[in-house]
Amino acid sequence: MKRAPGDYVHLVKMAGLFAVGVLAFVIVRWVMVPADFGVYGHYRAGALKDNMTRPLVYAGQASCVGCHPDVAEVRAKGRHAHVACESCHGALGTHAGNPDGIKPARPDRRTTCIICHTASIAKPKSFPQVVPSEHAPDGTCADCHPVHNPKLS
Amino acid sequence: MDQDRRSFLGHAGKLLVLTASAAVAWEHVLEGRPEEAPNYRVSDHWWGMAIDIDKCIGCGTCVRACKKENDVPLEPFTFRTWVERYVVDPEDIDHPQVDSVNGGYQGFYDRELLDPRLKMFYVPKLCNQCAHSPCVQVCPVGATFESPDGVVLVDTSYCLGCRYCVQACPYGCRFIDPRTSTVDKCSLCYHRITRGLTTACCETCPTGARVLADLKDPKDPIHAFLREHRVQVLKPQMATGSKTYYNGLDGSVR
Repeated sequence: MKRAPGDYVHLVKMAGLFAVGVLAFVIVRWVMVPADFGVYGHYRAGALKDNMTRPLVYAGQASCVGCHPDVAEVRAKGRHAHVACESCHGALGTHAGNPDGIKPARPDRRTTCIICHTASIAKPKSFPQVVPSEHAPDGTCADCHPVHNPKLS
Repeated sequence: MDQDRRSFLGHAGKLLVLTASAAVAWEHVLEGRPEEAPNYRVSDHWWGMAIDIDKCIGCGTCVRACKKENDVPLEPFTFRTWVERYVVDPEDIDHPQVDSVNGGYQGFYDRELLDPRLKMFYVPKLCNQCAHSPCVQVCPVGATFESPDGVVLVDTSYCLGCRYCVQACPYGCRFIDPRTSTVDKCSLCYHRITRGLTTACCETCPTGARVLADLKDPKDPIHAFLREHRVQVLKPQMATGSKTYYNGLDGSVR
């Protein structure tokens, strides 16, 4: 028995709508998803580069020692040998990039010390620690302890 | 030819002694900028961190360095790394008292312990760089991911700020940056470690309590450290594949 066109025209319309929907999805996806998405995994491969290229704030020990070998030598002989320059002096990236133009501020000669060396039972017993108000109520630590090699001479 | 005999011999010598990529890198090393050597390959590294709790003095230098290096807002007090202070009754480790005044940003000042039986210690915390991160699994758009060299990173240009990952992290290591309304977290100073430097926290730690580790580098001291110490990761029962190894971790630490 031959079917009249009216019997299946609704199916053709639905198929047409479905095709348009699929096409729209493919186009939107092609526009929205970055080309490098999924190269390594479910993320944008360029995000690795974005994370890599942020600016440095701390210069790193090697940069300091390159220009200040004299201080590094003093420090290497004392108990601060393993304390990085930037632990006390703060971030020096801008200074390393422009050594003559940007001079870092000198660390405070008391508060810089007591932030580590204030006595507490939470610190390891072998770590040198004092009660600052008893040990030196008014003085600056650096008056007696040379900061780069703090042993009393 | 614009090359004289001396420079030709120099280049030829370098090519003979060094491989091609090392020869390119050597120029940067000579100029005092080894970090710009373009031979970083993600497949050659697998990053983690070793933390020695016995060495931590709670000075907070790592917290201050991290905020500066990574432009983390000072307030509200959100952190990529922070230090916790535990006060524990050794006979009741289920109920530690934990505080972290401003994340340890100003260091810790002495706390009077009235009961001499109590013990007190500091625990530095940061992203554990899990190999099977819960935070990565829940991100609906692929804005956070485990990089091929084992660092959990955020693609801030892709993040929707939906906060699923903030809830998913069992270690509380993620926060929403109020300026961008996108998520932020420790990136293990990815911009530093890929240039041959250590992280800002490890760089400035005065006692060496935290050390960056490349688990794929056979010469890295991490292998001896892990062999010679009884190490633990945080929340091992969650099987996150954490790569932040703690030495001397007390059972009370959460």
